[in-house]
Amino acid sequence: MVMVPKIKVSIDGKTVEVNKGKTVLQVANSMGIQIPTLCHDSRLEPFAACRVCMVEVEREKSNALITSCSTEATDGMVIRTDSEKVLKTRKTVLELILSDHPKDCMTCDKCGACTLQDLAYEYQVRDSRFFEKPDGGITEDENPAIQQDTSKCILCGRCVRICSEVQQDYAIDFKHRGFTTETGLPFGKPRRETTCVLCGQCVSTCPVGSLVEKQAAGKARDWELKQIKTTCAYCGVGCTMYLNVKGNEVVKVTSKTGSIPNDGNLCVKGRFGYDFVHHPDRLKQPLIKKNGRFEEATWDEALDFVAGKLNDIKARYGPDTIGVFSSSRCTNEENYLAMKFARAAVGTNNVDQCART
Amino acid sequence: MTNSISEIKDCKLIFLIGGNPTEAHPIVGLEMKKALRKGCTFIVADPRQIWFAQQAKLYLPLKPGSDNWLLNAMAHVILDEGLENKEFIKTRTEGFEELKAFVKDITPEKASEFTGVPAEDIRQAARLYAKSEKSAIYYTLGITEHTCGTDNVRCIANLALLTGHVGKSSTGVNPIRGQNNVQGATDMCLPDKLPGYQLFSDEKVVEKFEKNWGVTLNKKLGNTAPTMFDRMSKGEFKALYVIGEDPIMSEPNQDYTIKGLKSLDLLVVQDIFMSETAHYADVILPATSFAEKDGTFTNTERRVQRVRKGINPIGNAKPDWKITCELSTRMGYKMDYPSPKEVWDEIASLVPMLAGINYGRIEQNGIQWPCPDVKHPGTKFMHEGKFPRGLGKFFVLPYRAPAESPDKDYPLLLTTGRTLYHYGAGTMTRRSAGIIHKTNDCFVEVHEADAGKLGIFDGEMVKVVSRRGEITARAEVSDKVKKGVIWIPMHFAEAAVNKLTMDAYDNITQTAEYKVCGAKIEKI
Ligand code: SF4
Ligand code: SF4
Ligand code: SF4
Ligand code: FES
Repeated sequence: MVMVPKIKVSIDGKTVEVNKGKTVLQVANSMGIQIPTLCHDSRLEPFAACRVCMVEVEREKSNALITSCSTEATDGMVIRTDSEKVLKTRKTVLELILSDHPKDCMTCDKCGACTLQDLAYEYQVRDSRFFEKPDGGITEDENPAIQQDTSKCILCGRCVRICSEVQQDYAIDFKHRGFTTETGLPFGKPRRETTCVLCGQCVSTCPVGSLVEKQAAGKARDWELKQIKTTCAYCGVGCTMYLNVKGNEVVKVTSKTGSIPNDGNLCVKGRFGYDFVHHPDRLKQPLIKKNGRFEEATWDEALDFVAGKLNDIKARYGPDTIGVFSSSRCTNEENYLAMKFARAAVGTNNVDQCART
Repeated sequence: MTNSISEIKDCKLIFLIGGNPTEAHPIVGLEMKKALRKGCTFIVADPRQIWFAQQAKLYLPLKPGSDNWLLNAMAHVILDEGLENKEFIKTRTEGFEELKAFVKDITPEKASEFTGVPAEDIRQAARLYAKSEKSAIYYTLGITEHTCGTDNVRCIANLALLTGHVGKSSTGVNPIRGQNNVQGATDMCLPDKLPGYQLFSDEKVVEKFEKNWGVTLNKKLGNTAPTMFDRMSKGEFKALYVIGEDPIMSEPNQDYTIKGLKSLDLLVVQDIFMSETAHYADVILPATSFAEKDGTFTNTERRVQRVRKGINPIGNAKPDWKITCELSTRMGYKMDYPSPKEVWDEIASLVPMLAGINYGRIEQNGIQWPCPDVKHPGTKFMHEGKFPRGLGKFFVLPYRAPAESPDKDYPLLLTTGRTLYHYGAGTMTRRSAGIIHKTNDCFVEVHEADAGKLGIFDGEMVKVVSRRGEITARAEVSDKVKKGVIWIPMHFAEAAVNKLTMDAYDNITQTAEYKVCGAKIEKI
């Protein structure tokens, strides 16, 4: 084992001993001290673009403001996260960010889950002295999964970084200069024609309403959604995800950093492949084939028919002429019951899953 | 997997063979990308230039079905150059001398003839793999979907045993399981074993189940799916209850499967959609999706995780567990559980490797089996210090040719696989708007040189023909796939590639040979 050297750091008057190599933000969080962030995502390298995570470090001559997300904590550091200087500067930073952000929280899909909105509320930044009408708007694209509104972009770069650092798909980047800077696909190409794999990782990391799930747009305010933690039903990785439900409808699927095994990441199937649940083709009623055509039946009719027929075949030809296929799509409990059904109810060991993959 | 997903990022070398994680297991793909960023060396053996092949230090474009030659030749090089882990071989393995004698003649030069991979690259691969401090092998269906699938897996194990790259973190042999709960389904549901791989030959085990269930068990080992189809073709099988599967799409040789299903007196299909198989059913029972039920799935790293109900069943559908219980009760064997939790408790009471797992313990995060008691934290990586059978065994595995190889009439080698955007038979993904936006039609990847000879252009619709049938697909012409090989994804019912594939199976697991058969392409 390599021994990691320890250092002592003081934050807001409390001193802790921690392993060397952590950022000031990480140390503060580990002490339960919250520092606001906008461009930080634990899945990404520090970028220090938004400056809201600024904290004050004691220096010999004059104290300095540093970005806590990108500064490594060093031995003996004395830090304040709540000094007047910090709060005042943070407020100005927010004003600057809001100078190029539309004031339409009332119709924004991110409302209630937006970090910028929360910070503006916390710091009571109602207006920006620097406000100019934001440019951009909803990018036209026929893909049904991802919607981008460039007017809301705060240029934190999280989407660009998750696409290049984590996904390594390099589909999007910063474009243009100055006030008109935005992020997006190259040359205004349709998403379909780019290297974008529609994973929606960029949506998952966007702290504001610039990137949202298109199919969920306009369907529910954040506080109306019930989040149910579950496991993806597609591949064997078994990502942890949350069904966002309103009424009896899955409106969208999200995940959270720290989830096992996926740390908040999902692929296109997990994130956007849920709408089959509500597809009109779903079977909704038992069906019995009569004269070559399927007719609707009640559960009682269908189950009695099957049970009678199976008992019949069992009596006439023996249980080993009956087989059960179970499925890797079913839960463990369901597979167990299918197996128990074959062995205990039918009396055969003919039970298998046919996809031996 | 013998290791955990969280260990991937710390691998120093990853040997990826017959697997395409960026598409088939994207989040495992992300962990490998993390490793790549941290400087992990990649060796990729695949007939297609997949994403990781382009990033790899060494890319071995091997001919489908020739894995055996590659792996045995790597063992040859390791021994020839004295790169083996002598201490490990002495203390943890058996059968070494036999292997050594056997691979002596499997030179990289000879292997090169069969694999199409330059001998020097095979040498280099063996050296890199053996010398790295943390080497892990990852494979998927490219290794197993062959008549020699089990042999291939054992050849891989040979390499790990020779070098001692096993039983440590970020070091091991890792199959990545395809479907969400294929691990759990295998743990629960095998025709020749009781749940948790418990044996019928163990009287105590049988007695335990008989007592718990209140029945006398049938001691005749059950039929696998292929055997059941075989018996259908002979008219010896009468009824099939299919839960959540679509054998017409997933079994090889579609015509044969359909004939079998038609021969039955009773076919019951329980599913969420009208699958291809459901058309042939006598009764269809509407089941619920994962969003409408509670339970657990077990992922590829053996982690038992909760599935939770988010919405009420659509229409009159019912969850599979409920339907099976009601059916059983009506047949005269009472099954009555208030919820899946009680089913799990019964499982845990009967299956030692799961005994320590309960819903309370996995409320936050899943637990990896083996987990023998409620104090046990679960098992992150397996085979530390000891293998289940004691010593690790070397196997001597001569090459066996695929059941069908390309020939004069069917000169191209057809191999199959998955794409990022679709899943299985496509019943779910093809009903998802976001997903079909990227791909929604069947295509066949053809090498430029082969396309040139046939006069086929990129994007052109072509006919792909094998001895068993034909399909129509869009040609994707590039140099992604190896010359002489064509590749077709498996998700499209209207162009089902299993109309073409062979119904030949691995001698042990009875996995079908989806990865190699002869085919030809015709212009339309
Ligand atoms: S969806 Fe994924 S690939 Fe596409 S731009 Fe976003 S992060 Fe990149
Ligand atoms: S789109 Fe969102 S994530 Fe991307 S730079 Fe703009 S605000 Fe940040
Ligand atoms: S989100 Fe993607 S990688 Fe994760 S389990 Fe689902 S299909 Fe697999
Ligand atoms: S979070 Fe630190 S600069 Fe944005």
